[in-house]
Amino acid sequence: MNDALSWGGIITQIILQFMPTLIALVITFAVSITYKRKLGLYGKLFDSTIGMIGLALVLFWVYTAVFAGVFDLIATHDPLDQSASMKKKLPGTPYTKLIGTPDPEAGAYYLLGGDNLGRDVFSRVIAGSIKVILIAPFATIFAFMVGITLGLPAGYYGGKFDTVLSFIANLVLAFPVILLFYLLVTPEIVLTGIPVYMAGVLFIFPVIFLVILWNSRYHTQPAKRNVYLAVTLVIGLWAYLGIAWDMDPLGIISFPPNLLVVFVSVVFVNSPTVFRIVRGLALDIKTRDYVAAAQTRGEGPWYIMLWEILPNARGPLLVDFCLRIGYTTILLGTLGFFGLGLESESADWGKMIIDGRRLLSANILHIAIPPALALLTLVLGLNFLADGLREESLRD
Amino acid sequence: MGKFILRRVGVMLLTALCLTFIVFFLTNLYPNLEKLAKTQGNFRMSDGEVATYLNNNGYLQPTIVKYGQWLGFLPGYVIEGTDGNIRAKCAAPGQPIEEAPRFCGVLQGEWGRSTVIKEDVGKIIREKLALTGILMFWVMLLMVPSALIIGVLAGMREGSRTDRTLSTFSIATTATPEYVSGVLFIAIFASSAVGLKWFKGTATTAMDNITFENFFLPVLTIAAYGMGYIARMTRASMAEVMTSQYIRTARLKGVSFGNIVLKHALRNALIAPFTVIMLQFPWLLNGVVIVETLFNYKGFGWVLVLAAGNNDIELLLAVSVISVIVVLVTQLISDIGYVYLNPRISVT
Repeated sequence: MNDALSWGGIITQIILQFMPTLIALVITFAVSITYKRKLGLYGKLFDSTIGMIGLALVLFWVYTAVFAGVFDLIATHDPLDQSASMKKKLPGTPYTKLIGTPDPEAGAYYLLGGDNLGRDVFSRVIAGSIKVILIAPFATIFAFMVGITLGLPAGYYGGKFDTVLSFIANLVLAFPVILLFYLLVTPEIVLTGIPVYMAGVLFIFPVIFLVILWNSRYHTQPAKRNVYLAVTLVIGLWAYLGIAWDMDPLGIISFPPNLLVVFVSVVFVNSPTVFRIVRGLALDIKTRDYVAAAQTRGEGPWYIMLWEILPNARGPLLVDFCLRIGYTTILLGTLGFFGLGLESESADWGKMIIDGRRLLSANILHIAIPPALALLTLVLGLNFLADGLREESLRD
Repeated sequence: MGKFILRRVGVMLLTALCLTFIVFFLTNLYPNLEKLAKTQGNFRMSDGEVATYLNNNGYLQPTIVKYGQWLGFLPGYVIEGTDGNIRAKCAAPGQPIEEAPRFCGVLQGEWGRSTVIKEDVGKIIREKLALTGILMFWVMLLMVPSALIIGVLAGMREGSRTDRTLSTFSIATTATPEYVSGVLFIAIFASSAVGLKWFKGTATTAMDNITFENFFLPVLTIAAYGMGYIARMTRASMAEVMTSQYIRTARLKGVSFGNIVLKHALRNALIAPFTVIMLQFPWLLNGVVIVETLFNYKGFGWVLVLAAGNNDIELLLAVSVISVIVVLVTQLISDIGYVYLNPRISVT
């Protein structure tokens, strides 16, 4: 039987557990700073302190998720493993398993204590990072694809098309987000299949976007265009069938239905905002001279939208993208808070915070604070990163 | 201007109609009705009992008919149940069917009865909106001035040490979701072990009697989250104004720095923050849900969660009507406010 760890011991142990992440972080920074003049906007980030802090915080969680998810490092215990003797135990308590044989590979301590079911808080925070890092950026990318594909023509053409789309966007925006999630994520609605149909509509947009992108760029070089289109269509439609309809003919891609519902809902609430931003930018940029020049050259409307307007809107979009990942992370936590997120057993930060919150009044702080701090650092990092990117891109 | 407002009110009505129909459609899907029947009756009802309950209470009519009844276009149902009792939508509990009005919808000013709270929806909404209104009022009173002060101080000299400190602070407050800051605040200020015990960790008592002790933490939690965003926008627009030609002219003419900021820069810098402050109102409705749940303050957000969790159709519809009105009215105010802040902008 070991003695309980002191706070110094706990911190040392945690740093040791995070070693793979820290080493990867140091290497990334060393390489990036050495070659920062050759790395474009990313390299310029290393000129601003705030950008570097942001990048470090974000990369910290990205590497943690990668090492924990792919190589099974960092976490000391299984996030779902319960031990009745470890319920609500303080940080640094030696690990004992009440029922069954102890796992020989499990660590000797619960570094951040046990939660109300006797699961290791430290390992659950690490496991939660995998979910957050996987879902939030992808949901944001999908929302951007939808927003861009619809927002560009709405801003460029205007007229009835714009009126209808803007009305729909405002309609979605007028919904209280929480109500929308209650109406989309509850098991009763999932039974009706509405989320799957929504996935069917929303997830086709990345494919449409890429097809238009290649076609408008290379329609004068049919050979090249056909190759690009074929690759996009084969891979895109294959992934589309697998992700949205769970009908991958090869049976390789499948998406857990529960995850799909949350994913679709997050994309759905984010798309109208992106649509409005893109539309506003397109309205502004289409009056510029270079757009008029392209029109006189006889370029097609989609070429102008995707290869003249979009690149010139990249500044604000990039910043919004970083902020939106943070916002999505917060939203996923909010869902967990109301028990609407992923399945209740799984480790996700929002769910951990709400579970731990109930024990705060009983003076048990170590369950809610670690996931809260994890979420705080990630969102803070994303905001700093966005800030650094904005300031450095303005300096051009 | 009158025509502009009229058109916007028309769009508002159309949006409210569409939105309530979507909510109506989703809450009236059969699995949801089944959930409603089971929460009203008991959780072990058989499928047949569920169907009987739903039929007796008029839930099995076509959705469009039910929507018409809710709106008040169509007469309310009068259904003879399998138990021989005749039920009418428009009859109040205990009222004989013959005396009940034929129409009872939103157009007649009847918002229906809540199935979960067993009270008139109109009454619930009025009460809860008042509670949330008080919360929002104090949040705005704390959030807006402090955000504007932080933003103006940071934007006066961009890149200075004051700017960096205040910017970091404001990013940190926005980067912390309410359910994190709320938990931290409770731990720091209200927990009896390590905490300072300055305030109370719940706001339940604030529903009858608001004191600084029981109301400050919820207000602070919402205000902190919203403050950073307004402060950042104010900073950006202030920084932009400070680099403009007329400010430089004023400086060269020898106007003191304080006078430049207060008399010349501020008014022009306020347009963007004004828009953002108005956008905060609909967002506050969401933020409020979390904080009200966290602090157990039974206001509008609490009602929303309760109604959604129990599929209380008429309560949810009323909630969505209120949200549409809040969103679109604040947008309208911000468009009109624009014209007063900068007479060069025309809305029509």
